[in-house]
Amino acid sequence: MWTWFYRLASPPFVFRVAAALTPWFVALAALTIGYGVIAGLAFAPPDYQQGDAFRIIYVHVPSAWLSLFAYTTMAVAGAIALIWRIKIGHAVAAATAPIGASFTLLALVTGSLWGRPMWGTYWAWDPRLTSELILLFLYVGVMSLRPAFEDPGRGDRAAALLSIVGLVNVPIIHYSVVWWNSLHQGATVAKLGKPSMPGSMLWPLLSMSVGFMLFYGAILCIRLRGEVLNRERQATWVQEAVKS
Amino acid sequence: MSSGGFWSMGGYARFVWPCFGIAFAVLSWNVWAARRFYAAARLRTLRARAMAASET
Repeated sequence: MWTWFYRLASPPFVFRVAAALTPWFVALAALTIGYGVIAGLAFAPPDYQQGDAFRIIYVHVPSAWLSLFAYTTMAVAGAIALIWRIKIGHAVAAATAPIGASFTLLALVTGSLWGRPMWGTYWAWDPRLTSELILLFLYVGVMSLRPAFEDPGRGDRAAALLSIVGLVNVPIIHYSVVWWNSLHQGATVAKLGKPSMPGSMLWPLLSMSVGFMLFYGAILCIRLRGEVLNRERQATWVQEAVKS
Repeated sequence: MSSGGFWSMGGYARFVWPCFGIAFAVLSWNVWAARRFYAAARLRTLRARAMAASET
């Protein structure tokens, strides 16, 4: 098991696998996002309360889920790098941060645009919105901390520590609508039992969510290859790899 | 849904369409930035290789 674990963590292996996976992620992301956009905009029925404004869910919820997933990935990769001293973990964390930050911003902006017609305001200091904004600040903090050190190793470790500490915010975001009175609606899909959405609305949402995850996979692979090149520039295998 | 109804989004067009537009912009930025990041890293590696070759 450990052989497999360390083989997976080897930079040449990661570089090759990321290159091989990228076109698959891109193709599958294009299919699932394409289906989700068409079905969500043209075929899903309007909501009985929110009318067609509910269609914002098809970009808002997948981007919010991805913002949490990417942050968890970043913190777990940082923890793996710190605990087992596996350098590729820092590369994964560094590659994930800008992707996660961009989707957190997307979740905040689309939520704000959805909030205006539904709540009458673009912004409220609501627990869900505020904790999601803190997530964006954590991403920015992690991205700023890494290059703030002259020694890249110290920068990586500091960024990993901050991302691990910030992980406490992830369950806060998820349960904020349960723990506190909130303008934000409660769980619609990710709840125990049956989701409170009909299939014609739910399938495009699930397709968009899967599509966003696959898109994240594709971008992570491209960025990870760049990170590996930056970190292993002097290695012989890198010199051979960039020739081709 | 009729064509007019589709574009007007039941009166919510000014909220729905910008959301999808911004989502498209974020996806496009991610593709552009990641490819640029990889290209820059590859170029730096090639330059380092060329410098190492010229020194030997």
